[in-house]
Amino acid sequence: MESILTINNLTKKFGYLTAVSDLSFTINKGNVYGILGPNGSGKSTTLGIVLNVVNETNGNFHWFDGNISTHQALKKVGAIIERPNFYPYMTAIQNLKLVCRIKGVDESKIEEKLEIVGLLDRKDSKFRTYSLGMKQRLAIASALLNDPEILILDEPTNGLDPQGIHQIRQIIKDIAKNGTTILLASHLLDEVEKVCSHVVVLRKGVKLYSGRVDEMISSHGFFELKSEKHDELLALLENDTRFGNLKVEDQLITAFLNESMNASEFNRLMFEKHITLSHLVKRKESLEEQFLQLTDND
Amino acid sequence: MLRLLKIELQKLWLNRTSKVLIFISFVLPFTVLVLSSIKINFFGFFTLELGELGIFNFPIVWHITTFFASQFKFFFAIVVVSMIGNEYSNKTIKQNLIDGLSKKEFILSKFYTIVFFSLCATILIGLASMLIGLYYSSYDEPRFIIMGTEFLLAYFVKLVGFFSLCLIMAMWIKRSAFALAMLFVTYIMEWIIFGIVYKISNIDIAWSIKSFLPLESMYKLIDEPGRRIMMSKFPEKSEIAYDYAVHWYEIAIVLGWTSLFIFLSYRLLKKRDL
Repeated sequence: MESILTINNLTKKFGYLTAVSDLSFTINKGNVYGILGPNGSGKSTTLGIVLNVVNETNGNFHWFDGNISTHQALKKVGAIIERPNFYPYMTAIQNLKLVCRIKGVDESKIEEKLEIVGLLDRKDSKFRTYSLGMKQRLAIASALLNDPEILILDEPTNGLDPQGIHQIRQIIKDIAKNGTTILLASHLLDEVEKVCSHVVVLRKGVKLYSGRVDEMISSHGFFELKSEKHDELLALLENDTRFGNLKVEDQLITAFLNESMNASEFNRLMFEKHITLSHLVKRKESLEEQFLQLTDND
Repeated sequence: MLRLLKIELQKLWLNRTSKVLIFISFVLPFTVLVLSSIKINFFGFFTLELGELGIFNFPIVWHITTFFASQFKFFFAIVVVSMIGNEYSNKTIKQNLIDGLSKKEFILSKFYTIVFFSLCATILIGLASMLIGLYYSSYDEPRFIIMGTEFLLAYFVKLVGFFSLCLIMAMWIKRSAFALAMLFVTYIMEWIIFGIVYKISNIDIAWSIKSFLPLESMYKLIDEPGRRIMMSKFPEKSEIAYDYAVHWYEIAIVLGWTSLFIFLSYRLLKKRDL
């Protein structure tokens, strides 16, 4: 697969604080990646390093095949980090023209990109008159100007109201649908779960997991069960090796699976044992539960 | 190079404050034109006409106008300092780098703008001096006109040097107002160094050391022309004689400082985490 960004043993120290520690991962074309981690886990620092604004202490990274300099590579990248930064005294159009000049791309796409983020009717307003949501959408339009190979978004919905969050997510989903590679840093798990196919999980600068989202949720799920023959059911589950951990809360039994089994299969098994269930739900741990398990173990 | 200049000029030109300041710094030196036409009437007894004093003769006119015009460099200095300060306060410097401008290109775009502005200012003041000279001068043979044009070169080098100093101050301190204050501190520091050297040696050594310091070396490029006018009026008074010429080593010192300032600005930005 064609690689877009390769990071090798990256380390960043701010004085005695290690913000990123020995981090390695690769980003391949066509996937949607999430970088997950609590606040202060080194997400923004990592992005800052690959985007040429923070100097690494150790390790290295390269864009694409590694044959072009970072600032040349960044012309093929679209990125927004933290807050949208534009010249407050320029209009949307003027700001985007400046970005075109920096990236060395044609100015013909400005209107098209403003259309995508729904700012076409405000194109001649000064940036300082924009609301936060509009500023964030302008930042996305700006990042799309060069039809980037990869779009990097750092907390794109931070500080927005529900409508704003919804608009931004919809835009991200539409972009992902077109096959653009996306790298999304966030601490909002449902955001990542909804759009990403791969995740890198960080805590205190250390990589805890990297790989596919569905493989991260590695367990076979669990059943939530209720039955009038509570004790009989419990004994049966305890003796069956296909079930691991059992949790009992009041009448509700939570049985974790050791191997895959679907709900109807389980129901048939119970039926054969003459146990009738009053409640049967099969669930998988959400990304949130997995994430908390990964990041909370100290 | 043109791309970098265009980027920076767009940033400046769309900002109303810097547009006004640039306009002022181009226009104010032209008050020398107005000055040259002033006729002061002393209650009908006699008329003092500056143009008739001979100070607008070739080649001295080059000296007078460039000295006069360089007093107004402070307006563009504010523009230089704020064009860096704004990049930091709006965090657009970060966005520029993310968009694919390299740190080197960022510094170069500022430096090219400084050179471009200094060049425009030099050409304008050159034209103005030429007009004044042709109008008032008693000698208008080409060899007299060309004599003294080295002051234009000195003026250009002086502007580039001074604005480069502003550039590194702003890159270092990040805040416009503090950077300007730092310029003033530099001025005082030069006098303190002068004072210390004077204490431990003598005044001649103190002056020659001071002439190597940034602000003094820029000032010395175009010496104060007042005494030269006196000299031309009273050639027999040898005690007022002084060396007002533009020397190659004066230009070399300022060019040295300029390269150092630009290089250090780049190093500063390169090492910094934004």
